[in-house]
Amino acid sequence: MTENEKAKSYWKENIRYVFILMLIWFLVSFGAGILFKDFLNSIKIGGFKLGFWFAQQGSMYVFVVLIFVYVYLMNRLDKKYGYDE
Amino acid sequence: MTNSLVLLKALDVQTWTYILVGITFALYISIAIWSRAGSTKDFYVAGAGVSPLANGMATAADWMSAASFISMAGIISFAGYDGAVYLMGWTGGYVLLALLLAPYLRKFGKFTVPDFIGDRYYSKTARIVAVFCALLVSFTYVAGQMRGVGIVFSRFLEVDIDTGVIIGMLIVLFYAVLGGMKGITYTQVAQYCVLIFAFMVPAIFISIQMTGHPIPQFGFGSELSDGSGTFLLDKLDGLSTELGFSEYTEGSKSTLDVFAITLALMVGTAGLPHVIVRFFTVKRVKDARKSAGIALLLIVVLYTTAPAVAAFARTNMIETVSNKTYADVPEWFKKWETTGLITYEDKNKDGIIQYVADEKTNELVVDRDIMVLANPEIAKLPNWVIALVAAGGLAAALSTAAGLLLVISASVSHDLIKKIIKPTISEKGELIAARLSAVGAVCVAGYFGIHPPGFVAAVVALAFGLAAASFFPAIIMGIFYKKMNKEGAIAGMIVGITAMLLYMMKYKLGWFDDALPNKNEWWFGISPEGFGAIAMCLNFVVSIIVLQFTQAPPKDVQNIVENIRIPSGAGEASNH
Repeated sequence: MTENEKAKSYWKENIRYVFILMLIWFLVSFGAGILFKDFLNSIKIGGFKLGFWFAQQGSMYVFVVLIFVYVYLMNRLDKKYGYDE
Repeated sequence: MTNSLVLLKALDVQTWTYILVGITFALYISIAIWSRAGSTKDFYVAGAGVSPLANGMATAADWMSAASFISMAGIISFAGYDGAVYLMGWTGGYVLLALLLAPYLRKFGKFTVPDFIGDRYYSKTARIVAVFCALLVSFTYVAGQMRGVGIVFSRFLEVDIDTGVIIGMLIVLFYAVLGGMKGITYTQVAQYCVLIFAFMVPAIFISIQMTGHPIPQFGFGSELSDGSGTFLLDKLDGLSTELGFSEYTEGSKSTLDVFAITLALMVGTAGLPHVIVRFFTVKRVKDARKSAGIALLLIVVLYTTAPAVAAFARTNMIETVSNKTYADVPEWFKKWETTGLITYEDKNKDGIIQYVADEKTNELVVDRDIMVLANPEIAKLPNWVIALVAAGGLAAALSTAAGLLLVISASVSHDLIKKIIKPTISEKGELIAARLSAVGAVCVAGYFGIHPPGFVAAVVALAFGLAAASFFPAIIMGIFYKKMNKEGAIAGMIVGITAMLLYMMKYKLGWFDDALPNKNEWWFGISPEGFGAIAMCLNFVVSIIVLQFTQAPPKDVQNIVENIRIPSGAGEASNH
């Protein structure tokens, strides 16, 4: 692989990770917390209606996990392409 | 030993407040002296040598302002479900930062956001537009912070608000001017510890009292410990509907508006210059990603506790005062009444407090800020806990104010003086200019804190809309859309921020009409707070249309873009 091809392929894999993680980001907050809230509220876990829980608790936990998953994936990707330092 | 314990117990709230606030201030000042800035690089980006953990803590303190610490739980407590716009909006933005912005801006390796815009769009005009946006966003935001400092001082130290603002100005001045970014970073690390401790202690106490559960996030969804076997949230829904409010877990805003506000706050968070610049201070690209994760984790500790505190406080308040005889109310009620933050007007002259949704018969008005400030008293917690809340509120307000002041001073000394007005200025001269601009910025912020123009409070929340409408699209396209050119970016930023300003002036400030226009005149029912999302889309669309009719960026600029996409070789932040 030339330097240029390497950079392109690295970027493509990065975009794929970003796309998948952003999709989850959208689904837990705008999806579960807002658009599908009323439907999810019919499910109850403990004292929480599920839609309400996603809006005021769950989405935030997922956000934290998403960033750390991205950190892990990118550190692995950097190594694979020799971009780590 | 026993004697000193008795003494500690006997100390009143006032004394405790002086002790705790005094200790924390001494700590901030010692840190500032220890971490003086020696170069412009120290001053702007703390020498780009901050560890990811320290940067994460500093970012979290920088981010959580007096509004997060004092007002947010109170707002949620009155808004119920709708409060989620702040919770998701102000945390979800960090995912955007970590995945879409921070790593690339760190690799780019300059000092400020206008630096990036100016270089990426190879244009002085773009840089000037960016400086203007940065100053507009930061000043609207900082004026609110200085006011917050004044309010906290006045409530807990019994000085008037103006004196409070001046004390706050002197403290910030001392460590921002002396230490620059380096001083600010390490004081913010200390401030995070103070504020999170101060927020969590009362929250845990109250959670145990109300649900028997020490973790507020779980107590929130547990049964009440009064033996009734009812879940806290069910009880609260019931109390709310009984008094004529909408159900606590349902809220009252339209779904579209909730969507728009959440999006505007998320994108605005990712576009705020004082947050972005924190990621210029770490060593490597991978540290930028990691510190975004640590920052969000530390922020989420407070942000998931706040809605629990909101629900506890709301239930507690309704149960304590609703339909109770005025003569029998607890002492804290009378105390906060004298500050004007609780007002009771016995409309039907029966001596009983009617707290209901209908404004005509409602007799009780409670300021949302006291939900956090008075919470420890309402829950009868020890005096030192009450004093701790004061120290925490001050830490939150000061850390944010300092971060914003740094952005303002860097915009003036680096982006305006060094890059536009006098490029020949020496390193030493620029450092002096940076310190002088910091002094100037503190004075302006202090002036607005003492003489708040009527619209400041109204527009602080809109700083996010302004950031969303201006920076976010320009930076995103600068990284992910190699062909984006200067004409597109400049046109987009100008149209975006103008649209946001006009909508805000019409629907938030009512400057174009005799009175504030009615809510049902809002475009698609979207509030001024949510309009940032629309203005952002407008920015993207205008940029892309203009791009079609103008020239692609030069090859060397496209090379910059290819270069920032590769993480290795970030090196140190450079002054060109």
